[in-house]
Amino acid sequence: MPKDNASDHGGIGASPKRREDIRFLSGTGKYTDDINLRGQAYVHFLRSDIAHGKINSLDLSEAEQMPGVLRIFTGADFKDAGSIPCGWQVTDRFGNPMQEPRHPVLCETHVRHVGDPYAAIVAETREQARDAAEAIIADIEELPAVVDMAEALEDGATKVHEDLTSNLCFDWGFVEENKQAVDDAIKNAAHVTTVELINNRLVPNAMEPRVAIGDYNRGTGEHTLYTTSQNPHVIRLLMGAFVLNIPEHKLRVVAPDVGGGFGSKIYHYAEEAFCTYAAKALNRPVKWTCTRSEAFLSDAQARDHVTKIELALDKDNNFTAVRTDTLANMGAYLSTFAPSIPTWLHGTLMAGNYKTPLVYVNVRAVFTNTVAVDAYRGAGRPEATYQLERVIDQAARELGVDPIALRRQNFVTEFPYQTPVAVEYDSGDFNRLMDKLEAKADLGGFAARRKESEKNGKLRGVGINCFIEACGIAPSNLVGQLGARAGLYESATVRVNATGGITVMTGSHSHGQGHETVFPQVVADMIGIDASMIEIEHGDTANTPMGMGTYGSRSIAVGGSAMVRATEKIIAKAKKIAAHIMEASDGDIELKDGKFTVAGTDKSLAWGDVTLAAYVPHNYPLDEVEPGLEETAFYDPNNFTYPSGAYACEVEVDPETGKVTIERFTTADDFGNVVNPMIVDGQVHGGLTQGIGQALMENCSYDADGQLLSASYMDYCMPRADDVPFFVVDHSDGTPCTHNPLGVKGCGEAGAIGSTPTVVNAVIDALQSGGHDVPHIDMPVTPSRVWAAMQQG
Amino acid sequence: MPHVSMTVNGQAAKGEIEGRTLLVEFLRETLGLTGTHVGCDTSQCGACVVHVDGKAVKSCTMFAAEAAGATVDTIEGQAAPDGTLNTIQQAFQDYHGLQCGFCTPGMVMSASALLKDNPKPTEAEVRSYLQGNICRCTGYHNIVKAILAASGQDVSGIAGGIAAE
Repeated sequence: MPKDNASDHGGIGASPKRREDIRFLSGTGKYTDDINLRGQAYVHFLRSDIAHGKINSLDLSEAEQMPGVLRIFTGADFKDAGSIPCGWQVTDRFGNPMQEPRHPVLCETHVRHVGDPYAAIVAETREQARDAAEAIIADIEELPAVVDMAEALEDGATKVHEDLTSNLCFDWGFVEENKQAVDDAIKNAAHVTTVELINNRLVPNAMEPRVAIGDYNRGTGEHTLYTTSQNPHVIRLLMGAFVLNIPEHKLRVVAPDVGGGFGSKIYHYAEEAFCTYAAKALNRPVKWTCTRSEAFLSDAQARDHVTKIELALDKDNNFTAVRTDTLANMGAYLSTFAPSIPTWLHGTLMAGNYKTPLVYVNVRAVFTNTVAVDAYRGAGRPEATYQLERVIDQAARELGVDPIALRRQNFVTEFPYQTPVAVEYDSGDFNRLMDKLEAKADLGGFAARRKESEKNGKLRGVGINCFIEACGIAPSNLVGQLGARAGLYESATVRVNATGGITVMTGSHSHGQGHETVFPQVVADMIGIDASMIEIEHGDTANTPMGMGTYGSRSIAVGGSAMVRATEKIIAKAKKIAAHIMEASDGDIELKDGKFTVAGTDKSLAWGDVTLAAYVPHNYPLDEVEPGLEETAFYDPNNFTYPSGAYACEVEVDPETGKVTIERFTTADDFGNVVNPMIVDGQVHGGLTQGIGQALMENCSYDADGQLLSASYMDYCMPRADDVPFFVVDHSDGTPCTHNPLGVKGCGEAGAIGSTPTVVNAVIDALQSGGHDVPHIDMPVTPSRVWAAMQQG
Repeated sequence: MPHVSMTVNGQAAKGEIEGRTLLVEFLRETLGLTGTHVGCDTSQCGACVVHVDGKAVKSCTMFAAEAAGATVDTIEGQAAPDGTLNTIQQAFQDYHGLQCGFCTPGMVMSASALLKDNPKPTEAEVRSYLQGNICRCTGYHNIVKAILAASGQDVSGIAGGIAAE
């Protein structure tokens, strides 16, 4: 991609002010809850307050007579509807498909987690619907709940789903053929370091709670669903084809301004299907606005792995094998992409940045009476990075070697690099990242800073972490082989208007990433016109081509590439038109700075002259090309992209209280080429804070009966402004991705992937410096956990 | 149903409410001022911050009836009539202090209240003041930077967080 004229056009490499900010800053954004349709009714979901129970009877008679109640729906109303589908089928170690339970729109016979909806009251007002819910008499017989994964796998454990053989969703081994070799390598190793750890369950907590509005037009038979989604086409396909049997041409899904997603708004949720269905049944729009309390009980949750990892080293400290054993919580149902997270998005990253020749990953996925677990910022890669980088740090301590030197010694240095876990890294330079980190973080000055902290009665530690992740998901034929029930291409339509302005319709979805600003930079650069001439449309299946949406840091790598391909087609056609008008051959036409010229002559045409000719084709090559200037491209990537990074964190620990404060956080990321550095900085800041949140304070906690203890912001500790410092981030001078046209890798998840081990490594380093022999503390590393560890170690 | 009237963004506003109608519901649903957002139901997140008689208030913690006769200012009233952003709004755009935009109205209204009381806050004071406003996107880096910049302080020495061109 040309970069030379970036500054002229607000193109690649520039950081223009974000366009979407004007409406967000002036209160004129259009989020789903801001939409109110004429005649809309409101639904309130009655949710289970126990984790497991058998529905004996529901007495609706009194509730149905309450003021304003239009209709009360139960599971029986959805007996002909499909199951909320899972989009990924994992095959277990023995070649069998995973166990896949039915997930009804409303509970039919059982409730399976606190928050599971078993009745839906539609009324004239939200308050009337809530009032009526209290008049429903539910006879639900409480059954024993399984919450702990190990207990759920015991013989005779209560089953979450009666019709399944056990609570084991699947037992996955990867790479299964390497199992024996890995076992042998560990047996014969000069040194083996083992860490057992918990990757704590999280709640994604996008600030905008979910909303769904169903609308039905009896005159046309068309359904519209307004929903808080990261991928409206995926919802249209899943809900239309698998749940409600509505063909796509009769179903429009609109995801307008969406207030953050982080993965939690990828999935097709029961409430979306309910509102779509009820709107037709009642012939009125039906609106649901999730409260935060409901969000804690119904948004897919995250992480929740219990892992044992072993790292084998030879006598020269070369990594020879990695073996992991993980229990991964699926919750009560399989959310849309849940099975892929602890498997293909986790196991394939267990080589990390290192040339470990042998890796074996075992994952047992378990059903429990808890909210479903699915992807959240990083999705499998944070879990992989956390355990790998914790065990490496521990190995360095056990061996008495420098943790940076141990990492450097084992870095992959030649690219492309075929890992032993299927993926092939196309590019990277881990040593250079580490060089940059050491300089930017001023690691040389750490000893002095530690002395200063100690003078103030604090312990100071530094934590280092390296990571690589797989983004830009994904090659459709590859993921199809791995169990995906979808393709993972992306689409773009570039519509050039007669007077030269451009509308780009993308299948990607922006919910904070700034696509409306960034995507025009790419097209502007290619044509050489000002970015202000380009507008982005997204989020409405009625006017955008079929796309897979935004997650997995895929928008610029896959969606951006689709835009490049469509724009290339536009340029090729425009050159033909220009060649005709200037009586030259197309091969001699050059496009630069929005001007078509004939090589070796002084003939030229402006961009607008050619676009006008396309729509007013009086002097036009009608025998060669059609009028108009609009092209669509679908881009299916050849490989994942592989962003990598090296992070450093310095913490202070107050030995009196165990409180950890983040004093410095420095990142060196390789995102390949960067389109908008300002946006990328912001993505890293946000990811780091989510990771720091997981490491220090966030924890989704259930009691033994399956009651969610952390069900509000008073109990689930979100990072606040005073929990984090200013960050020092660097993503300059990356190694370009070799297989997409922009050379981009994606930046959305790196911060969340790289930060948790950095923080915990730093805390352990601080405690060790104070003479506390504490090898590990599970996240969140709260003051009470730190203090307790210090008393023992 | 009871009737309530107040002044919102300089204009007389009135409507029928239930006793339990919250101020934020009145603003969003009766008046159609949907810039004020609801991000939680326990008064923690701060997406609904507005000014009532000049003081920052979480509009989910107050009944609409309690605001009878009050002067209420919301995000919709912050820019000039021609749409020109005020200093704080402009700083948020200049320093990329927002991503998804959902917490932003509350952040801007809180920042405005802070700078009224403390025109030149330190970084620590800004961070402390924002404890009642949760943002999940930005990691607060650029929000804090934008507020310091809006207060007229030089932020060029703050690492990271490239400003818009």
